[in-house]
Amino acid sequence: MSEALSFRFSVDGENFTSAGQASVQVKKNLRQLGLDPEIIRRVSIAMYEGEINMVIHAGGGVAEVKVAEEFVEIILEDHGPGIADIEQAMQAGFSTAPDKIRSLGFGAGMGLPNMKRYTDYMDIESKVGEGTRITMRVNIT
Amino acid sequence: MTVSELKDKLALKVAALPYPEREISGVYIGDLLSWVMGRANCGDAWITIMSNKNIAAVATLADTACVILAEGVEPDEGVGALAEEKGINILLSDAGAYDTAVAMSKLL
Ligand SMILES: Nc1ncnc2c1ncn2[C@@H]1O[C@H](COP(=O)(O)OP(=O)(O)O)[C@@H](O)[C@H]1O
Ligand SMILES: [Mg+2]
Repeated sequence: MSEALSFRFSVDGENFTSAGQASVQVKKNLRQLGLDPEIIRRVSIAMYEGEINMVIHAGGGVAEVKVAEEFVEIILEDHGPGIADIEQAMQAGFSTAPDKIRSLGFGAGMGLPNMKRYTDYMDIESKVGEGTRITMRVNIT
Repeated sequence: MTVSELKDKLALKVAALPYPEREISGVYIGDLLSWVMGRANCGDAWITIMSNKNIAAVATLADTACVILAEGVEPDEGVGALAEEKGINILLSDAGAYDTAVAMSKLL
């Protein structure tokens, strides 16, 4: 098997107004690889939601995307506050986003549900006070 | 109908029009970005009153045909230029979201 191709991005936690750069770049990269447009759309939307969460809830982090033979894998890792109750966080509409973030159109509480919906596999590891690591996969075949 | 034809038929103003020939297949209305990402279809015209930079990223990722800012809303400073650079069409409508969509439904 050939070695998986991977991209790594550091996600800035300061800038709310131009967040999402890494996901937009991944979309471009996957297009160049000639992946199916629907797969690209699912990967980049799921990654965008995770990237935005790292910006607004965790002060930034690191995103890694691996293109393997059977799937595209997205790993998002941050050293933010962590998620105390993952089941609650996964509920559609649940959000702790502050008002100034909401006024930009974020904070609908639909990010984690979208990530789940658009991927074939999703795992959240989180420790309060330490950070969060989210792994998602979208199957290619 | 293409984005350019829509602009002419509804006399919309242009904030950015890098892909005038992009085909519009439907309409999605909403201001909460996660709803747009979750529900808009590829090729939709996205009607919103959100005017900040994030609409360029959302339109790119959701692959909408164009963004239409309704209610006479103007894009924030620099958004038009950014959209032009990123290949995102942004049109401006003086009408509300409902009236804009109703006018479009007669054309699509
Ligand atoms: N990386 C993260 N670090 C800390 N908390 C997070 C993270 N991602 C999500 N959360 C928590 O989960 C909640 C739900 O996330 P999400 O569904 O994306 O909705 P939203 O971002 O709109 O609030 C957030 O409001 C936040 O409390
Ligand atoms: Mg979110």
